[in-house]
Amino acid sequence: MSIRVQHIAKRFGPFVALDDITLDFPTGELVGLLGPSGCGKTTLLRIIAGLESADHGQVFLDEEDASTAHVRDRQVGFVFQHYALFRHMTVFDNVAFGLRVKPRGQRPAESVIRTRVYELLDLVQLAALARRYPTQLSGGQRQRIALARALAVEPRVLLLDEPFGALDAKVRKELRRWLRQLHDALHITSIFVTHDQEEALEVSDRVVLMNQGRVEQVGAPQEVYEQPASPFVYSFLGAVNLFHGRVQDHHLHVGAGRLPVGHNGFPTGAEALGFVRPHELDIETNPAETTGIAARVERVLAFGPTARVELSGVERESSHIYEVELSRERVAALNLTNGQWVRLKPARIRLFAPEPRPAGPMPLPAGSLIGLDGEGI
Amino acid sequence: MRAGKPHRVLPGFPLALGYTLVYLALIVLIPLSAVFLKSASLNWEQFWAVISAPRVLASYRVSFGLSLLAAAINAVFGLIFAWVLVRYHFPGKRIVDALVDLPFALPTAGAGIALTAIYAGNGWLGQWLEPLGLKVAFTPLGILVALIFIGLPFVVRTVQPVLEDLDTELEEAAASLGADRWQTFRHVLLPVLLPALLTGFALAFARAVGEYGSVIFIAGNVPLVSEITPLLIITKLEQYDYIGATAIAVVMLIVSFILLFLINGLQFWANRSRARS
Repeated sequence: MSIRVQHIAKRFGPFVALDDITLDFPTGELVGLLGPSGCGKTTLLRIIAGLESADHGQVFLDEEDASTAHVRDRQVGFVFQHYALFRHMTVFDNVAFGLRVKPRGQRPAESVIRTRVYELLDLVQLAALARRYPTQLSGGQRQRIALARALAVEPRVLLLDEPFGALDAKVRKELRRWLRQLHDALHITSIFVTHDQEEALEVSDRVVLMNQGRVEQVGAPQEVYEQPASPFVYSFLGAVNLFHGRVQDHHLHVGAGRLPVGHNGFPTGAEALGFVRPHELDIETNPAETTGIAARVERVLAFGPTARVELSGVERESSHIYEVELSRERVAALNLTNGQWVRLKPARIRLFAPEPRPAGPMPLPAGSLIGLDGEGI
Repeated sequence: MRAGKPHRVLPGFPLALGYTLVYLALIVLIPLSAVFLKSASLNWEQFWAVISAPRVLASYRVSFGLSLLAAAINAVFGLIFAWVLVRYHFPGKRIVDALVDLPFALPTAGAGIALTAIYAGNGWLGQWLEPLGLKVAFTPLGILVALIFIGLPFVVRTVQPVLEDLDTELEEAAASLGADRWQTFRHVLLPVLLPALLTGFALAFARAVGEYGSVIFIAGNVPLVSEITPLLIITKLEQYDYIGATAIAVVMLIVSFILLFLINGLQFWANRSRARS
């Protein structure tokens, strides 16, 4: 079943949580709503579920206007970050709850409920725990029970609010894979909210990137990662090096250095922000080299499949940290020493005009390094 | 450290337990056993005659019956009261919250006089109720009003913290699974609130059984109709019938203990069915 939201707006006092959101969620897709905390993604999910009402706009479920329908009548399965399991009921009773509260006419017989509950418990691989209480389960098990409970009523759509947010990294990764498999088996239209870009890119068919109550970009995971539509998306999805400079003669002039940028739409003399991913930067040790940005090697982290090099540079009279990701062979060949001066040359650079509207979630200082989770380091 | 002796993080278990037992004995058990001892100077027939006099029997009905009724009413409305205080935000909420404790703090005689003045035939509320055939002051109904008044804080204050801990997500989850409001209350909220509700009920009941000050003014104290048991004890004391007074006190003590024991049993059962972890 498809979900469509049109011109959804929501304020909490002076705070604009959602600003005119229009989105389409086609049938059978698993869509990730991704954004920093406070970007409005959870509010949007709750409005779709009917747990919150929008100030403006409509929610269509299966092309049917459900904007005023009660959450009870929307037939949505909702999974909460903190599970919201009923503590005083066994796992079995939790999963059976949705079936047992059906109006008398539609309520299945207890034997049918039993079969259905065990089917679902098998699906989430927890049939052995049917008689336990939620407090006796681990976080990952609880969330799987919560999912089974939501699926029991055969919802038309499945909405998950940071489903793995309260779990530790290892369990999270397991459940992520498991959710993807489950979705491939059930093909129920699903939306899940997360602030973890890795999770969103790994699990979803499509990613909706949100920031400050607006949609920044919608696309397949690879598409948004490879072709970020805005500086915000660029810095939110993965680590990035920023170069703040001026465009001249097919080069971005950054302080004393210059980076070749080829043909671009920027007029000569225009200010621009250059975005380069760590793996798109190379290190040049030849002192005769004139292009690139001068930087000093601070640390070489040569563990894992690739090596990372942290460097510091001076750009516009303030110092900055850069991160370069290279193969271990390349690092070995360069034979870098701490404190050595080198030049950074990007293999690929994307230019953006410096913030046409007031900066993203965090004003990005030029040259700052953005960490994996989107927070400045 | 010797093997086998469990190591406790907090020291002083023997000291603390000893202190607790001595304290309980001095403050509670010794005075209560004095009641039993004093009444034991009666032989069985005399004792029975005192405690089964018609006027005394009527007073048991008034005291225990109305106390249970008042506690039950308080359980229902105290729950609603706590719900409103926890779940909604409205101007003056903190003042309302503070007012709940007032029946605790007010001298009970003061409360009794105030209630009587309001509900008497010429009082603020009484003058409107009496033409409707509803006599409150100087009837058992007046006693009920007084007992509800002094018992309200118990239920509100025991339920409130549990309700505060209760996540609204539970209600949202129930609603998203198709439960209506009554089903959500009955199957999701009530089982969690029940132990606290029973505690509040037991406290309100215990307080009501022993209440004297606020009741005697509004009760009218008509023999066989609106006399409470504590009043009979006082009456006997005023007649220097100390032994008769303690005999009635013994009955109150035993009945109260049995009732509280039963409520505790209920509570234990509710707790067990809530979380068997």
